[in-house]
Amino acid sequence: MAQDYFSKDHEYARVDGGIATIGITMYAQRQLGDVVYVEVPELGRKVSAGEVIAVVESVKTASEIYAPIAGEVLEVNSDLEDNPALVNDDAEGSAWFFKLKIADPDQLSLLMSRTDYDKLTLENS
Amino acid sequence: MVMATKVSLKRTPLYHAHVSSGAKIMPFAGYEMPLHYHGGIIEEHNWTRKNAGLFDVGHMGVARILDKSGSHDRAAQAIEKLVPADIQELPPGFQRYTQLTNTDGGILDDLIISRSPDRKHEGMLTLVLNAARKNLDYAHIDSYLPTGVKLQPLSDFMLLALQGPAASDVIKSYDIRADSMRFMSVATITIAGTQIQLSRSGYTGEDGFELLVPTEKAIEIWESISSDPRVKPIGLGARNCLRLEAGLCLYGHDLDETTSPVEACLTWSIQKTRRQKGGFLGERRILDEIRVGPQRKRVGLMSSHQALAREGTPIHDVSGKLRGSVTSGSYGPTVAGPVAMGYIQACNSEVGTDVFLMIRGKACAAKVVALPFVHHHYKR
Repeated sequence: MAQDYFSKDHEYARVDGGIATIGITMYAQRQLGDVVYVEVPELGRKVSAGEVIAVVESVKTASEIYAPIAGEVLEVNSDLEDNPALVNDDAEGSAWFFKLKIADPDQLSLLMSRTDYDKLTLENS
Repeated sequence: MVMATKVSLKRTPLYHAHVSSGAKIMPFAGYEMPLHYHGGIIEEHNWTRKNAGLFDVGHMGVARILDKSGSHDRAAQAIEKLVPADIQELPPGFQRYTQLTNTDGGILDDLIISRSPDRKHEGMLTLVLNAARKNLDYAHIDSYLPTGVKLQPLSDFMLLALQGPAASDVIKSYDIRADSMRFMSVATITIAGTQIQLSRSGYTGEDGFELLVPTEKAIEIWESISSDPRVKPIGLGARNCLRLEAGLCLYGHDLDETTSPVEACLTWSIQKTRRQKGGFLGERRILDEIRVGPQRKRVGLMSSHQALAREGTPIHDVSGKLRGSVTSGSYGPTVAGPVAMGYIQACNSEVGTDVFLMIRGKACAAKVVALPFVHHHYKR
C-alpha cells in the first residue's frame, strides 16, 4: 500500500515499493495559480535530494521543483505537456510529475507525514 | 517551491472589498493589491476581453499641475520641459500618453497628462503616474517648475479602470454621453451620485474607461459598477497579461532610466512640433535617435516552445551571440501561448528575424514579431 510523504518545499512523494511518484501538493498549486507549463526531467537522470529536477510555470511565476529524495527518473507524466492545467485540477492525483527509483529509503524519514504537512500549510495560510 | 513572505504595506480603500471577494493579495509597489480573485488570472483575463473587468488602480499616483493665473499655456510650457509630448496643443477634454525624461534621454516614468473639459479648470493638468515612481516623480517635477506653477499630489482622488467590450454599455447606463466619447478623451460624469472624471483609455488594449474618483467615494462607485452582471473585479495578474498582449510597456521592466522613448518604440508619442523644436530634458539623444535610429529597440518575441521567457532571459542571434534580453514575459491567454517583449540590437530587430531565447540555459527558437500580440479595440 502506498504511503505519502511531503517536503517543506511543497512536493509530495507517494511511495509504493521502491518507487516514489513525485508531484506538487494541492496547497502548492493553489499558491501558484493557473499552471501553463511543466518541464519534467529526462528519463534515466540520477538526482540527489534537494537538486532542481523540474520546473512548474504559472502565469505569474516560474518555480523550481526539488527532488525530495535521491533516485533515478523512471517515468515522466507526458499528459502535462499537452495539459499543464491538470496540475490545478488534480495535483495530488493524475498530475504527478515523474517517478523515481528510490536510491536510499532512509531519506524518507527526513520528510513529513500528511498530518505534519497539513499543520505547516495551515500556519502559512 | 519557495513561497514569498509577507511584509506590511499600504492599502487602497477597496482592500476589504477585495478580500471579501476572495482576492489573493500580493505586495505591489508598496501596496497590498489583489493579484487575482476566485477564478484565477486566465479566467479574469478572458472575462475582460469578452465582457468588462473592473480594476482597482488606486495605488497609482495622481497629481495636478496648476498655473496660478489659470493659463493652460503656462502650465503646459512648464511640464513640456520634462516630457516630449505636445501639451500646449492638447485640446480641452483630451489626454496624452508621454514620458518624464532625464537629461540623458532615459525614462524616469511614463504617464498620462489630461486637460479638463471644463473651462473653469483652465491652467490645470492632471497627471497619472506609476505607483513605484510617484514620489521620485513629484520631487523631480517640483524642482523644475517655474514660480506661478505648482505641483499638487492628490490623495483625495484615486483611479479605477473599467475595461472590455461591455465597458461602454456599463458606463452608458450612468451617463449616455459616455458612449460617444473617443479614445483618449476626458469628460465629467456622475456615477452613484458622485461627480467623477472619466477618460476613454486603459491598459489592456480593449475599449474602456479610466475613472478618477474621490477616494472617499471609491467603495460606493466600485460596488455600484460591480453590481452589473457584465462586470467582474480583475486583479493585477490579469492586468499584466492583458497589457503585455497589447504590447504596452510596464515601467521598471520595459522602461527604465537607461531606455529612451525612441528605443522603446514610443516615438509616436512625440508630436511633430516637439520633434522640430525640442525643449525637453534629454532632447539631444532623443532627437538624434529619431534621426539616425536607436542602437536597440523594443520588440515582440514569440516562440513555439511552451516554456515562458521571463524578464532577464538572454536573447541570442542565430550564431549564438548575445543580442539583448527579455523585459516582460508571461503566458498570453488570448494568444494561448507564451508572449514576451524585450530589447534587441537594432540590426536584429526586424520583424521575422530568427533568434534564440535562452530559457534556463536552453536555446528556444523564437522570432521577432510585430506588436501588439492582440489587436487594440480602441474607439478612435
